[in-house]
Amino acid sequence: MQDITTLQRTASQVRRDIVRMVSAAKSGHPGGSLGITDVMTALYFSEMHHDPATWTRSGKGQDVFIISAGHLAPVYYSVLARSGYFPVAELGTLRKFGTRLQGHPCVTDHLPGVFKPSGSLGQGLSTAAGIALGKKLDGDPNRVYVLCGDGESEEGQIWEAGMWAAHHKVDNLIAFTDWNGQQIDGPTTTVTGIEDLREKWSAFGWDVIEADGHDFESILKAFELAHALNGKPKMILFRTEMGHGVDYMAGSHKWHGKAPSTEECERALAQLEETLGDY
Amino acid sequence: MKKYTDTGKKDTRSGFGAGLLEAGKRDSRVLALTADLKGSVKMDAFAAEFPERFIECGIAEANMVGVAAGLAITGKVPFIGSFAEFVTGRVYDQLRQEVAYGHTNVKIASSHAGVTLGEDGATHQTMEDIALMRALPGMVVLVPCDYNQTKNATVAAAAWEGPVYLRFGRPSVANFTPEDEPFEIGKVYNLNEGKDVSIIACGHLVWEALQAAEALEAEGISAEVLNVPTIKPLDTEAIAASLRKTGCAVVAEEHNMAGGLGEAVAGVAAAHCPTPLEFVNGKDRFGQSGTPAELMAAYGLNAEAIREAAKKAIGRK
Repeated sequence: MQDITTLQRTASQVRRDIVRMVSAAKSGHPGGSLGITDVMTALYFSEMHHDPATWTRSGKGQDVFIISAGHLAPVYYSVLARSGYFPVAELGTLRKFGTRLQGHPCVTDHLPGVFKPSGSLGQGLSTAAGIALGKKLDGDPNRVYVLCGDGESEEGQIWEAGMWAAHHKVDNLIAFTDWNGQQIDGPTTTVTGIEDLREKWSAFGWDVIEADGHDFESILKAFELAHALNGKPKMILFRTEMGHGVDYMAGSHKWHGKAPSTEECERALAQLEETLGDY
Repeated sequence: MKKYTDTGKKDTRSGFGAGLLEAGKRDSRVLALTADLKGSVKMDAFAAEFPERFIECGIAEANMVGVAAGLAITGKVPFIGSFAEFVTGRVYDQLRQEVAYGHTNVKIASSHAGVTLGEDGATHQTMEDIALMRALPGMVVLVPCDYNQTKNATVAAAAWEGPVYLRFGRPSVANFTPEDEPFEIGKVYNLNEGKDVSIIACGHLVWEALQAAEALEAEGISAEVLNVPTIKPLDTEAIAASLRKTGCAVVAEEHNMAGGLGEAVAGVAAAHCPTPLEFVNGKDRFGQSGTPAELMAAYGLNAEAIREAAKKAIGRK
């Protein structure tokens, strides 16, 4: 388990990985990945009980993380590699022909750490809830975490899953939303008004926690709060900034699905300390 | 020709219910999930026997697919049951990503398929589901023909490692296959050796094919009858061998032309032994309200239609 200073250093390297991977691939989604980097770093390097050496796709005996917003693949691949699931050198193959690091995650080539394909939005919460129920049926006390996007929450299936998980008291499920307020066509407030997520999830029978997704103390405290609650599934709403850590990307939906050029990549890397060695 | 006896009309969905209970007794990993249709898809006996292994999902089929995929990831063998349309067309993308591409061990129990669902009308009658499921890489597609075979196919589906689509129906139809015949996924069952024409059928049309073959025999025509309960993976060799022997065929199914058994057999014929083929199917239409018998007659899905198609096929040789 890393302390906060170490988590900050890890997050800086993860952000470098994201920028370098997407730039090299010349396509992909850097903005969301940079925005949820601190949460994902806290999750993989402090919060979750997991072990790459004994990992299996069944998730037995460990915590499970499901990525529902599959376009956040760059941050997912980086924290997996930096945790030791596969060699960091493989990060350079993102989106290239023959890679295990497909544009959106998949299980076809058995990439360690990945439980299911993600990309078509709105589906991961249901599957995570199913895994959580499976753990309960097996008496496995470990938890299931799942990352959803705020834009993704416009999908109706998210709310089907919300209703079902609360009804079945799947309280070993900790969902979290990357609440950056941005989606491809602009701010979420102008697209469909998915805001009021706290009220929505409360109405669906979930315990809801809000936290600052760029403050490690706030992130870790949110998880701690979630553990203290029983009987309901939990939703942590992490307030984040799309593109966080790179000045020209920060806060803008324009970097949702656009790759930085070589020059832009260099400008970004100058703002992110290399702490663990680039892949 | 070989005689087949109807041991008493039964619905194939009840065959599924009996098979699910049997699979549940054999393997504690087997679970049943439904979207508010427990009774309709005959999961009640399983739910009564294994209440902790029955999971109600409410009228939310998309979520049901995901929950099942998640349970399968943890090592369970979940059956998801609903009307054929609602467990295929409504959730095609979920089945594609979470089940087929995700290669999760989910079994899709698809009831009330085809026009024989009857009075509810076209919103509930899918004639396109086989096409959708055949299109998914790695999906096994089963369309058993009667109560006994549906029961045995359900047990086989539970034991199979990987996604399976199992299609069955609502009306009571002839029950004529052996009660304890083990179901082999991928096998074509040759019900009657013949030499003049092959009748290749699945589901409710297999009994009609046998009736047609009897009528043809009375006219001096020898018809081979193949029961093809596994549409995918298709036993290409068995079908090609029959086509080579008889030189023509009728393909009969309670499904539309596009993407069904007919096109699958046409693919075999084109690649291995080009022969005249005739098709008995719903063509390119939606269903409508009516009794199963009225609809089978109106859509030309019966023994008489098969008999006529067989003679037409022979005439084209």
